[in-house]
Amino acid sequence: MKNNSIKRTLADFSLLMMVFCCACSIVIAETIHEERSKYRDITVTQVGDRRCLLFNVHRGDRNQTCMVLNDRNNLVFDYTRMSFAGLLLQPEPSSILIIGLGGGSIPMTFADLFPDAKIDVVEIDEAVVKVAEEYFYFNETENMTAYIDDGRPFIKRAGIRGEKYDYIVLDAFSGDYIPEHMLTREFLEEVKAIMTENSILVANTFSTSRLYDHESVTYQRAFNEFYNFKLPTSGNRIIIAKLGMLPPREQLVAESRRAGPQLEKYGVRLTDYPRRLTTRVDWDMSRRELTDQYSPGNLLRGN
Amino acid sequence: MKLEKPLRKKQNRILPRAIITGMAFVSGFCIMTVEMLGARILSPYFGGSLSVWGSIITIFMLALAFGYLVGGTLSARNPSGKTYAMFFIGAALFSLPVILFADFIMEPIFLSIDDPRYGSLFASIFLFFIPTSILGMISPYSVRLMVESEEQSGSMAGLLYFVSTLGSAAGTLGTSFYFVLWFEVNQILWGAVLSLAFAGCIILFCEYLKKANKGVAGGAYEKQ
Repeated sequence: MKNNSIKRTLADFSLLMMVFCCACSIVIAETIHEERSKYRDITVTQVGDRRCLLFNVHRGDRNQTCMVLNDRNNLVFDYTRMSFAGLLLQPEPSSILIIGLGGGSIPMTFADLFPDAKIDVVEIDEAVVKVAEEYFYFNETENMTAYIDDGRPFIKRAGIRGEKYDYIVLDAFSGDYIPEHMLTREFLEEVKAIMTENSILVANTFSTSRLYDHESVTYQRAFNEFYNFKLPTSGNRIIIAKLGMLPPREQLVAESRRAGPQLEKYGVRLTDYPRRLTTRVDWDMSRRELTDQYSPGNLLRGN
Repeated sequence: MKLEKPLRKKQNRILPRAIITGMAFVSGFCIMTVEMLGARILSPYFGGSLSVWGSIITIFMLALAFGYLVGGTLSARNPSGKTYAMFFIGAALFSLPVILFADFIMEPIFLSIDDPRYGSLFASIFLFFIPTSILGMISPYSVRLMVESEEQSGSMAGLLYFVSTLGSAAGTLGTSFYFVLWFEVNQILWGAVLSLAFAGCIILFCEYLKKANKGVAGGAYEKQ
């Protein structure tokens, strides 16, 4: 009897040790690269063939980007996939601007889809560009250039030079710190200056906290109407805006059927998207607009 | 160290110590309020990168250093409440361009300098150098007005550093935690400008009271 209980205790203990060791191996062995940049801690982890980029992991941030090494085309995250919903409105962009590089999966997918398009990527942190190149197969090409710059002055200068982009992705808001100067009405006016009637703006933003209301009000004032795009599986909200009127839903459905198959290999289920795009106001319209004078994004997010 | 001094000395003082201490707090508060807003003012043109913060802090430090030197020199020549008041009023006036002409100042710099590091550095110089250096003159001048004898110089300087740095801490925290949530940038700047102007007026008023008292006391003495 006594022997049995000792055995059982030993078994329990060894089981516990095994679980502990597994847990350790997940936490420790998976980190393949760590570096501290001017702006953040960058960590690259790998489990099996799934490699991920994380910012400020010690503060509990989520993954920025993940890549399945055996299936590099496949976009792992919903928000990355959702960034391509703008193709429903602008199916053939010839110039693309992406603010915020991350692991580079959005620009690389664009480059794959539209090899002739000019793609400009703006990333404030040169360390992120380096990590994307070394660990996530991102590389500049003849048509794709990465600029180390802040998104706002980059767009302001492009506007002054009279440059236009067909497809603009704002993906600078994921992570720990929100660049507040890129949430304001004045910034959106500068973005509008680099858009044509056919251009599309896709902004990956927040779906929770008070900031959601303020941000929605700001986009509403700048664009009158925009598509709000949320998926039940994702905590992100994607804003899709253009100058002038939004197209009728039938057009989106038709476009999703046409372009859908082409995007399947990236994991983007385009045919699923049109019914998720809505212009319904689900925010508090009495909230204050964000301007260069009033933009406490980081404080509003905490509330 | 005793702060209380014999009555005779108290009457000779240019300004009451409580007033000078309060003024040190106000100047410290306003310096950091403007500095904290600096990044917000520059970011539409030069972005939110670390170098923008670097530019702002550098220019504030240089302006303060310059102000300390000039303020110290001025304090050695016939220190008066009037000059002291002018620091506050001058700083308020020279802060007005930050509110009224920020875009006019930053736009040509943005257009002529491509590198956001030097762009933000030059913009900081034109926006913040003059008002901040005037605010820097307040500290050494305050020390001069507080100190009556050699042996109290250290303790008075210590007290003033304590209070003005406390003011700086309050200005930093207040601005970054609350003011930006409640007010617009320019409203906060107007608050700082008006506080400085009001502080200057209080000093002038104290001067006026002292002169009036002196006149009465002098008159009474003559009658005797």
